[in-house]
Amino acid sequence: MFIKQLSVFIENQEGRLEEVLDVLREEQVSIISLSLADTSEYGLLRMITSNPEAGQAALKEKGFAAMLTDVLAVRLSHQVGKLQEILSHVCKAGLNVEYMYALSNKDDEASIICKISNGDEAAELLKSKEVALYSQDDIMRIFC
Amino acid sequence: MIWAKEETMSRAEIEAIQLQRLQETVKRVYEKVAPYRQKMEEAKVKPEDIKNLKDLRRLPFITKQDMRDNYPFGLFAVPKDQLVRIHASSGTTGKPTVVGYTKKDLEIWTECVSRIAAMGGATEKDVAQICFGYGMFTGALGLHFGLENMGAAIVPSSTGNTEKQIMFMKDFGTTLLVATPSYALRIGEVAKQMGIDPKTDLQVKIGLVGSELLTEAMRTEMHKLWGEDMLVTSNYGMSELMGPGVSGECEQLCGMHVNEDFFIPEIIDPKTEEVLPPGEKGELVITCIYKEALPLIRYRTKDITRLNYEPCKCGRTTVRMENLDGRTDDMLKIRGVNVFPSQIEEVLLGIDEIGPHYEIIVTRKDHSDILKIRVELMEPMDAYKELQALEKKIKQRLRIVLGLDAKIRMESPNTLQRFEGKAQRVKDLRKEV
Repeated sequence: MFIKQLSVFIENQEGRLEEVLDVLREEQVSIISLSLADTSEYGLLRMITSNPEAGQAALKEKGFAAMLTDVLAVRLSHQVGKLQEILSHVCKAGLNVEYMYALSNKDDEASIICKISNGDEAAELLKSKEVALYSQDDIMRIFC
Repeated sequence: MIWAKEETMSRAEIEAIQLQRLQETVKRVYEKVAPYRQKMEEAKVKPEDIKNLKDLRRLPFITKQDMRDNYPFGLFAVPKDQLVRIHASSGTTGKPTVVGYTKKDLEIWTECVSRIAAMGGATEKDVAQICFGYGMFTGALGLHFGLENMGAAIVPSSTGNTEKQIMFMKDFGTTLLVATPSYALRIGEVAKQMGIDPKTDLQVKIGLVGSELLTEAMRTEMHKLWGEDMLVTSNYGMSELMGPGVSGECEQLCGMHVNEDFFIPEIIDPKTEEVLPPGEKGELVITCIYKEALPLIRYRTKDITRLNYEPCKCGRTTVRMENLDGRTDDMLKIRGVNVFPSQIEEVLLGIDEIGPHYEIIVTRKDHSDILKIRVELMEPMDAYKELQALEKKIKQRLRIVLGLDAKIRMESPNTLQRFEGKAQRVKDLRKEV
């Protein structure tokens, strides 16, 4: 029900992002989707990848603070109001979206990656509303 | 184990030896060292005026500057052909300071180091790996001969090539490590990266650390890496006085025992230069009373400490000097507040999410000082609010201790510079502006 997101802390400094990407390239880890936000001093790079465990191990060895986080990959159809509809369930349940970004899709569908305050509760809730969630296997099958 | 009977003498016995040796030393330098005679004449004091130990304070001080002014051998009390060894300080600011030893000086030095090694738990059974840089620096050779004299097996591995150091440590069954606290941490880190856990895969149970401050927080970090059962003691010395061996901590960890039959410590107010009563904190001044080549009298060490004359639980009666807070040289004045880097270190090492390495950078902008501290994030995080909360925690704790606001720069693990000798963690860039 959850998928593993690879998160890396990077200093806001020339060349650091490229170093991270270089480690992943060396390790043959493919990036399926990513989000990067920054502050003046540092940023967090969050990624859905073909092999999050291998990516984390390689990054750690190269001295990066990298971790795996459980996130939800929510499948949506390309329709007006679809995302709002899903979020309305989340809001009504008193849950909070911590962050969200889009996942590229091959078909005529969209999907989003989101981290919701109480992950287990959110996953159960979305399932009960028949919202489709991708598993790690789905991600591998569809995108890799 | 107590190495020498001189460590357990009564105060009266110690003082009798000190007075006799002080009188002899003062007489000798007055006769043989022109700059000393001149200083004493200016201070209107003669060797025969030294009638008891209190008269020591009538003698003029000697400083590092005096040593530079008399570079290289001007303060030596023996002819050059009696020297058997010459060392020098790094001399990062100006001319290096040069120190020399006669054959007897080396014997005494060795004796002093054997004593402090015994205080730190060393025995003839130990395999002692010396990870101090050999060369002109006194640290490595001082510990080398002191431990060898004791009967320990010496591995003179010096600094550098840390992976190989660790291989030796494992294969030779090293039980005792000599290093700066920061290099000891570095060795532990590298071992872990190699898949060797210092706690279980190595047999190092004694750490004799020196040449750099050992704060309690740093000792805790050493235990985390090397194991709770490691006895980590600090010892003190400086090449001007002899090298390591002036004082060392025993297993009670309650201050460093001074080898008082060779050195007389005093504490002065660094501004007024008045001697302070026992127990008060101030600058340490040391007089060498049993050296032939370079018997410095009232040398201003610039180290801040206090003295405790209570006999120790370990059985030694020699005076203890508290572990150092810092040097008068190291003190930073930031927005009018006195800050010792060791205070910052204590705060940073108390926060688990960041690593034991750090860098302090002081700059000036618009006539105001800016304190910036670089730290390494050891626990990965996936939320900005967690990172911000951590930053806030570091800032708050620093504010409590220093009364100052600092900027925190968090970086990835292993990005800050590692040191094999003395760590240089402070960059004061204000002077350059």
